Parts: sequence; structure tokens; C-alpha cells
Amino acid sequence: MADTTTEKIPFWLDPKKRAILFQIGVFCLVALLAYYLVSNTLTNLKRQHIATGWGFLHKESAFEIGESMIPYSSANTYARALLVGALNTVKVSFIGIVLSVFFGTLIGVARLSSNWLVSKLAGIFIEVMQDIPVLLQLFFWYAIFYETFPSPRQALHPMAGLYLCNRGVAMAFLSPHPAHKYMLLAFLAALVLSYAVYRWARQRQARKGLPFPVFWTSLALIIGLPLAVWLAFGAPMQMDVPKLVGFNFKGGISFSPEFIALLLGLVLYTSAFVAEVVRAGIQSVGKGQTEAAKAIGLKQGQILNLVILPQALRVIIPPLTSQMLNLTKNSSLAVAIGFPDFVSVANTTINQTGQSIEGVALIMAVYLIFSLSTSVFMNWYNKRAALVER
Amino acid sequence: MKMTKLCVLALAAVFMLSTVALAGTLQDVRAKGFIQAGVNGGVFGFSMPDKKGVWKGLDVDTARAIAAAVFGDASKVKYVALTAVQRLPALQSGEIDVLCRNTTQTLTRDTVNGLNFAHVNFYDGQGFLVPKKLGVKSAKELDGATVCVLPGTTTELNAADFFRSHGMKWKPVVIENTSELNKAFFAGRCDVLTSDSSQLAAQRSVSPNPANYVLLPEIISKEPLAPVVRHGDDQWYDVVNWTVMALIQAEELGITSKNVDQMLKSKDPRIKRFLGVTPGLGKALGLDNKWAYNIVKQVGNYGEIFDRNVGPKTKLGLQRGLNALWTKGGLMYAAPFR
Repeated sequence: MADTTTEKIPFWLDPKKRAILFQIGVFCLVALLAYYLVSNTLTNLKRQHIATGWGFLHKESAFEIGESMIPYSSANTYARALLVGALNTVKVSFIGIVLSVFFGTLIGVARLSSNWLVSKLAGIFIEVMQDIPVLLQLFFWYAIFYETFPSPRQALHPMAGLYLCNRGVAMAFLSPHPAHKYMLLAFLAALVLSYAVYRWARQRQARKGLPFPVFWTSLALIIGLPLAVWLAFGAPMQMDVPKLVGFNFKGGISFSPEFIALLLGLVLYTSAFVAEVVRAGIQSVGKGQTEAAKAIGLKQGQILNLVILPQALRVIIPPLTSQMLNLTKNSSLAVAIGFPDFVSVANTTINQTGQSIEGVALIMAVYLIFSLSTSVFMNWYNKRAALVER
Repeated sequence: MKMTKLCVLALAAVFMLSTVALAGTLQDVRAKGFIQAGVNGGVFGFSMPDKKGVWKGLDVDTARAIAAAVFGDASKVKYVALTAVQRLPALQSGEIDVLCRNTTQTLTRDTVNGLNFAHVNFYDGQGFLVPKKLGVKSAKELDGATVCVLPGTTTELNAADFFRSHGMKWKPVVIENTSELNKAFFAGRCDVLTSDSSQLAAQRSVSPNPANYVLLPEIISKEPLAPVVRHGDDQWYDVVNWTVMALIQAEELGITSKNVDQMLKSKDPRIKRFLGVTPGLGKALGLDNKWAYNIVKQVGNYGEIFDRNVGPKTKLGLQRGLNALWTKGGLMYAAPFR
């Protein structure tokens, strides 16, 4: 029996085991607290006879929603009403993000322009938009809409097929035609083809060093293919023109003042921040980089594409992601101007059913899902951008 | 902003539900020295701060009457302006002691929402307000109309039911803030504003051109508006309930804020009991014997409150209608004070 020479250390003196012990302790505490909160809430709700649980989701909502991307009426369930709200939030956030990134980049680049006027104008835009609270901007745009535009019967009619009034904007739109389905297919095919061309061009360049005009080829594909299909169907130009029927315009596509005001407010506000992010990104790339690129004979476009952007994007993407998340979250201010976004519908649901805890939990969960999925996508993109590092 | 408020309320609900019912609301209110009343932020005649920032209105006076009953001082009320969406969570979570905010009594609110409704302080019904130039004569001609409506109200549901039952299409515009909603309507964002008809009259009276708007003849719902308290506190419920009844009873007995001191000498046993000259009723409620005297002295009887805030001589110019005493063909009827 040869005893080990090392003395047996009691577990409370072993830092590793102790750390684990502490972790378990903290976990138990948190779990206990959570249990206490949940059970306490449930008992009290029960004592006051306030309904709990998710059963209300299957009940008839009995309220109407102003705009919806899917068929909805007050005879549908709360679950469907909430889905309508969530889709409206997705709609305004998605369009808002795309427009904000587009305009933000444009203004950010304009801010760096060597043209004094352009740069100053961009600067003023950024300062003004950044400094006015977004809620105020929403009220402003909404009020502009209903205070200045005439009623539907006297709608402004600046060009054929376009009507502006205090009920929103109604526009002529292509009437549905079987060609559209095939045009969409052609568009998707063009996207796939463009990607294939891009892969092929890269490989060829790596092997032989020959450049290939990928951008122009892709552009030609993406525009050309659907156009070809459209022509093949005899170029159907049947337009669905909005007409004043009863109280409002019918036909074409229309956007409500609430939607336009919300989109405008969010996009102008966020694009000011995006512009600053873009400017910071571009300025973070040393001047020597541009000079070196010029010295080895790269063209202006190549300098931007191959030298500046890959480095600038690394700086731009993380704060840009946070701006996208901000826009999504700010879209909940829609409540103030009556756009039926998720919060608005959830608030009404809470009020009609009295189940605030479930409702607020739903609101939190939905925004968490939106934010996390944006983050996941942008992190993936960030990784790709970061890999360019050599 | 609104969302944060709601989140806070929900969290508050979690923490406060435990404390709410432990001590009675009456004791809580006495301890803190004032009543926290949830009111509407902007309905002229019901609850709205005047130019000096003093809250005025029928609902405000109801809250003041409760304070007069509890403290003998009608000014001991703190008002919390709540939107329709915020009001019920605020009451459930214990942020306010009583809700006097033109809230319609419904079965769901009375049961699964965990609330109790006191005696009705205003009988209302839902109507439609339209601009005259629209040329609409009846609510049944509103197919395809855009309708401004407050979210989280019974009116929102009634409107949906009304249009559905008549097979008509409509487009709601729902804005949570009452004054924002009205601004949108009077600027022409909607063809129709729908709400309780007393409120429509109120909004019209403060609009830029009241003469350009007309109320349609249809009244599509019953809206008994009443003060609300939480489930599970019977004593507080009794105080609020009997305060409203005291307002009505005072009118029935002919006691007004002006003659209440002479009425103390009255020989009528009903008046003696009511004003606490013959003690007993106040004690039964957990209040002092002067409670009803204080209500009438400081706030007035129901008729005075009605006339002062919404009656024919005000900008609203409402008739008593359903809100007249039962002896005059109305529905205002207080249970016996004995």
C-alpha cells in the first residue's frame, strides 16, 4: 500500500472545484428566484381571478386591422391578428433597412466628397436628422400628410396613374398577368447564373490572371432575362389604375399615410447614422493604401472594390448591424401614429384579453427573434468580410 | 415609449400583485394620504386639465367625491392620465387605486380581467361623427369608409361587429393617443370618428369648426361607464360603489352643495341618516359619519356634476337622457341608504 505522496486536497480548497461549486450555487439561486417569481405571479393572478395561459390565442379577435399582408378579418383568431402585426413590422423594417443602408451609404460618401456644397449639404442632413428624436419626426411626417394633402375627392394628380391624398398614395400597377410568374422565375435564374459567372470568373482569374467584367454581365443577366420573358409574352402593358370608388381609391397599389410616415421617419433618421458609420469606415482606411494602389496601377473602381471597401467593410459592418437593429426596434413607435405593427396589435390584444404578462412576453420574444436573426445574418456577413484579411 | 410603460407595468404586476391585496386599498390610501386615480388625459367634460392645469370633468369629480368620502378633502387625488390600452394593466398592477376613465362595464373585464365595476356614473352609447360635406345620413351608408377609432376600447370591437353584421367593409385607423386620433380625424384622415356619443360631442365641441360635423342617428351599443377597482378588495369596492350612489341619492333627496348645511337640520330621517346626523352608515363603510356630507359639500350631487361638466349650459350641451334620475325617466337609481 503505497500512499500517494501528494496530500489529498479538500474540495473547498481546490480553486477549480470551488469555482464549479460557486457556479452551481449561483445557478440554483437564479432558478429559485425565477421559480418564486413565476409561482408567486401565478398564485396572485389566480387569486384575483385574472386569466392566464395561451388559450386566448385561439379565440376570435373581434377587432379589425387597418392594413395587412395576409387576408384578415375580425372573425380571425388573436394568433392571426398577431401574425398580421408581426408581418407588418417585418415589412416596414425590411424596406426601412434596405433604404437606410442605400441612402446612408450615398450620404456618407457625399459627406466625403471634395465638392464643398455636396459635402456641406450631407453634413447638414446628418446633423439635423441625428439630433431630432425619431418620435418627433414620425409625428411631423404624419401631420404633414394629413394636414397638407387634400381629401380623396380632390386628390392631387401629378401624373397619370398616381394619386396623392390624405388617405395615402395610390399608384397604377401592372395588372396580374401569367407572364409575371415566369418573369420572377427568370429573375431567380438570372441570380443563380450571375453567381455561377462570379465563381467561374474568380477561378479563371486565379488561374490565368485574366479579369472578367462580372458586374456588367450580372446586370445584363438580371435585367435582360426577365425582360426577354416579358417580350416573349408580347409585352403585356395592362395597367391596374386606381379609381375613386365611394370613399376611397380602389385598384393599383396603395400605401397608407401611417406606413409612409413611419418609413420616412425611420429611414431619414437611421440613414443619418448609417452615413456616419460609412464615413468612419472609409476614413479608417489609411491614405497610404490608396496611394499604394495607384502606384501599382489599379484603376479608380478597382481601388475602391479591391482595396478600400474590403478594409472599410470590416469597420462598417458591426456598427451598421446595430443601426439595423435600432431601426427594427424603433419601428415599434408606429403605435404613436397608428400603423398596425406588432406592438400595436399586441397592445390591443392585451387590452381586450387582459393578459398583459403573456402579451408583453410575446412582444419581447418577437423582437428578440427579429434582432437575433438580423444579428446572425450580419455576423455571418461580417465573418466573410473579415476573411478577406491576408 | 408606450411599450416601455407597458413592460414596466407588467413587471410591476409581477412584484406588486403580492403586496396589493395584503393590506386593504382603503388602509393603503389612508397611509399615503391621497387617492391615485387613473383618468383620461383629454376628453373635455369628462377629464381634462383646464388652462390652469386643474383637472375638470365628470370622471374627475367622481374621483374627487371618493377623496371627499375617504379624507373629507376632495383635493386629495393624484391623477394619472392613461390611454385606453394602458388603463386596465395600470389598475391590475396596483399603480392606481381606482380607474375613473369612461370605462365600459363588460363581462370579460369584470371576470377574466380581474376587475370590479362600481355603480355606473354615465350611461352612454356608441355613435358616429362625420363631416357634413360627406353627405352621409345613416351609418349604413358607410361601406368602404375609413374610421378613426381608439385601440383597446369596446368601441373598437363594436365597430367591427357593426360593420361585419351589415356586411360592410371598413378601414380602421387606430391611434392610441386620444388627442392625436382626433387631430387626424378633424384634419380629414378618416371619414368617420366613432366613440361613445358623449365623447364625440365633446370632441366636436373643441374642434376648429364644430358646425361642420354631424352625429349620425344610429347608436350601436350600450356603454355603461363606471369607476373600476381590482378584484379581491370588497371594502374598497364598497367605498367606491357607495360614493357614486351617494351622488345620485343626494340629488334624489334634493341635497345640493349649496343647501347641504341647512339640510343638516332637516327632520327627514332619510336625510338625517344620509348626512350622518343619525350615525351609522359611515362606520359601516369604514369611513367617518360625515362622508356623504363631505361629498355633497365639496363636490355636489350628481345633477350638479352633470350640469357643471357636460350639461346643456356647457359647450357639450348634453341632455340628461338616460342619465336622469329614475324618478324623471332616466336610469340613475341608488340603492337605499339604510
